[in-house]
Amino acid sequence: MDISRRKFLGCMAAAALGTTTGATGLAHAASGKEFTGYPDSFGVLHDSTRCIGCRKCEQACNEVNNLEKPDKPFDDLSVLDDRRRTDESAYTVVNKFDGNVFAKIQCNHCQEPACASACFVKALYKDKTGAVVYDESLCVGCRYCMVACPFNIPAFTYFDPLTPKITKCTMCLPLIQEGRLPGCVDICPKEALTFGRRADLIKMARQRMAKNPGQYVDHIYGEHEMGGTAWLYLSGIPFADIGMREDLGTTSAPELTAGPLAAVPIVVGLWPVFLTGIWAINKRKEKIAEQEQAAAVQAATEQAAQEKTKALEALQQKLAKEKETAIAAEVKKALEEAEEKAQQAADPDETTTDTDPAADTPPDDSGKQEE
Amino acid sequence: MSQETPIARKQYLTPFNVITGIILVIGFVLTVLRFTKGIGAVTNLDNNNPWGLWIGFDLLCGVALAAGGYMTSSACYIFGLKKYHSAVRPAILTAFLGYALVVFALHYDVGRPWRLPYPIFWSQGTSSLLFEVGLCVFLYLTVLFIEWTPAAFEWLGYKKIRGIVVRLTLMLTIFGVVLSTLHQSSLGALFMIAPSKLHPLWYSGYLHVYFFISSMFAGLSMVIFESTLAHRWLHHKMDDTHLAESDGVVLGFGRAASFIMMGYVGIKIIGLAVDNNWHYLATGWGMWFLVELVGFVLLPAILFSMGAREKNLTFIRVAAVWAVLGIVLNRLNVSLIAFNWHLPAADRYVPSIMEVGTTIFIVTLGVVVYRFIALKMPILHEHPDYKQAH
Repeated sequence: MDISRRKFLGCMAAAALGTTTGATGLAHAASGKEFTGYPDSFGVLHDSTRCIGCRKCEQACNEVNNLEKPDKPFDDLSVLDDRRRTDESAYTVVNKFDGNVFAKIQCNHCQEPACASACFVKALYKDKTGAVVYDESLCVGCRYCMVACPFNIPAFTYFDPLTPKITKCTMCLPLIQEGRLPGCVDICPKEALTFGRRADLIKMARQRMAKNPGQYVDHIYGEHEMGGTAWLYLSGIPFADIGMREDLGTTSAPELTAGPLAAVPIVVGLWPVFLTGIWAINKRKEKIAEQEQAAAVQAATEQAAQEKTKALEALQQKLAKEKETAIAAEVKKALEEAEEKAQQAADPDETTTDTDPAADTPPDDSGKQEE
Repeated sequence: MSQETPIARKQYLTPFNVITGIILVIGFVLTVLRFTKGIGAVTNLDNNNPWGLWIGFDLLCGVALAAGGYMTSSACYIFGLKKYHSAVRPAILTAFLGYALVVFALHYDVGRPWRLPYPIFWSQGTSSLLFEVGLCVFLYLTVLFIEWTPAAFEWLGYKKIRGIVVRLTLMLTIFGVVLSTLHQSSLGALFMIAPSKLHPLWYSGYLHVYFFISSMFAGLSMVIFESTLAHRWLHHKMDDTHLAESDGVVLGFGRAASFIMMGYVGIKIIGLAVDNNWHYLATGWGMWFLVELVGFVLLPAILFSMGAREKNLTFIRVAAVWAVLGIVLNRLNVSLIAFNWHLPAADRYVPSIMEVGTTIFIVTLGVVVYRFIALKMPILHEHPDYKQAH
C-alpha cells in the first residue's frame, strides 16, 4: 500500500518535470495566436538604392530631437569612412559600404519589440501608430532592452551619474500626432525614405521590385525579420553587405521567451504540491519507522518477559521435583532406619533377617510427621 | 580572535583586517566615482556591451553560488536528511548574504538604483524575464532573511518570536525552493531573447533548465567550499555536533554534486544534438565550449565521485573549488565571453580595473559581514538554550 503510493508520487513528479521543461512546445500550441501589428500602423520604407549618403536625415533628426551638436558638421562626409552606430547624440546614422552604397540605421520599431518585451517596468511599449515609445519616468536603467535588441539600437547615457536614460529614435511620434512627417523622411532629398501605412509600404516595395527587374534583391527586409518591423528596407546588394543581419529569423522576441515564462505559473502551482508530498512521505516513513521500532521493542520486551516466566516455571517445577525426590529419599531412609530399629528391638541377636515388616506399618504418616 | 594579546590594540592590525581595510577604502572611492561621474567613468561598458562584469559575475555567479541555501534547507527539511542539519544555518546565512550583495551590486550597475522597487510596486513588466528574476529575488531575499532570523533572535534572547519563525520552517523552505527554481532558471532565460548575439553552443531552448540544474551543484559545491574555509578560520566556533556532522555533509554533498553534474553533462549533450550544433565543436569556440563542459564540469564530477567512493575529503574539497570555477566560467561565457561573439575584436568588452575593484570590494564586504555574524551568532554551533529545539 505504502510503496505503491510512493511510486505514484514519483511518477507524478517525473510528469511535472516533463511538463515544465517541455513547456515551450505547450505554450506555442496553446496560444495559437499571432500578432501581426496594429491595423493601419505606420512605417517607413528605406530604399537604399536611392540613398546618396548626404547625412541630411542625421541633421534633421538632431534638430527635431534637440540633440547635442556633433564636432564635425553634418555636411562633412568624411565621417562616413568609419562604421558608426546609434548613440545618445545620434538617433539615426548613415553608413557607407563597398560600392558607394549607403544605408541608414535607426530604431526599426518592431511589430513585437524585443526591447518592450524585455522591459521589466513597461518603460518601452508599442504605440498604436507603430512607434516604439520610451518612457523615461519609469526606466530603472537596467539596459536589458539593449541586450534584447537584435539591431543594437538603444543607447544609454553612461556618463550621467544619477539620471541616465535610454535613447533611441521615436519615429518622431510627436510630429506624427500633429499630422506631420518624421524629420528624416521630410528632409530626404532623394525620396529614399517613404512614410506611410506599413501595409501600403509593403505593396509599394513589391511594385518597385516588379517595375525594376534586376535592380533589387528579392527581399523586403523587415517584412518578417524578428516578427516584422515598421521600418522596411530595399537593397540592390545582399543585405549582409549593407551591414544588416540576415540570420535573425522570423520568430518574434516575445515568442523566444514564451516557454520559460509559461513554466513559471506551473512551477508555482506544482512545486508546493510535490515538495509537500515528498515531505509528507518522509514524515510518514519516519512515523512508520518509529511505530515499527516501538512495536519491535514491545515484542522483544514481551518475549523476554515470557521467556522469564517460562524459565521461572521450569525452575519451580525442577525445585518441586527435587524436593519430592529428596522427600522420598528421606522417607526411604527413615523407613530403613525404623525397620532397623524395630528389628533390633525385636531380635537384638539376629542381625540378619529376610522378613520385611515395612509392609505392615504405614510409612507415609510417619514421613509426614517428620516433615 | 580568541587568543589574548598583551596589547589589545594590536589585535586590530591583523593582515586580514589591513587588507580588508584597504579594499573597503578603495571600494568607497569607487562608489563615490560611480555616483558622481557615472557608470561610464568606472566601467568599460558601452552601447554594444550593456552588461559587463557586474551582471556576469556579481549577479549571475552571485545568485548561482548562493544556491546552497535552498539545496541544504530542502535536503534537511523536505527530503528528511536530518544529518545535514548543522549545515543549514551556515548555508542559509551565506545565501542570504549572497543575495543581499547581489542586490547591493545592482545598485552600482543600474542607472537609477532607487527605482529598483519600481518593477515590483509601481509598473510591472510581466512579459519580461527580468521582472520574474526581480520579483523572485526580492521575495527570496525576504524568505532567506526570515529563515536566518532565528539565529539573531537566539543571540538577542527573543525566545517567543524565535519559536514562531521556527514553526514556519517547512513553509519557508518550500517557498524558497519554488522561488529558487524560478529565478535561477530565469537568469538563463534572460539570454533566450537574444539568439542573434549569443554563440549557438551556449544559446539553447534549454538555457533556463541548464541554469537551474547547474545552480544545484553550484550550491552544493559552494557549501563544501565554505565549510573548508570555515574549518580553516572559524574552527573554534564550531560545536561537537557541527564537527561530527561536517564530514558527512562534505561526503554526501560531494556525492550529490557528482550525480547532478553527470546529469548536467548529459542534458548539455542533448542540447547539442537537438540544435545539431556538433559542427561548431571543431571551431575555436567549440574548443572553448569543451574546456568548460569537460574541463570544468565532467572532470570535477569525476573527482567528486572518486572522493565520495573512497571517502577522500580532500578530493571532494578540491572538486568543489573546481566546480565553483566551472560555474563562474559558464556564467561569464553566457553573459560576456560568448555573448556578442560576432562583434569585431575592437568592439568586444573587457572589464575595467575599476569594475574588477568594485566586484572585489563587494565580495570582501560579504566575507566581513559573514565573519562578524558567524563569530557573534549561533551559526556554526547551537545556542546552549536551544539545543534540540530546532
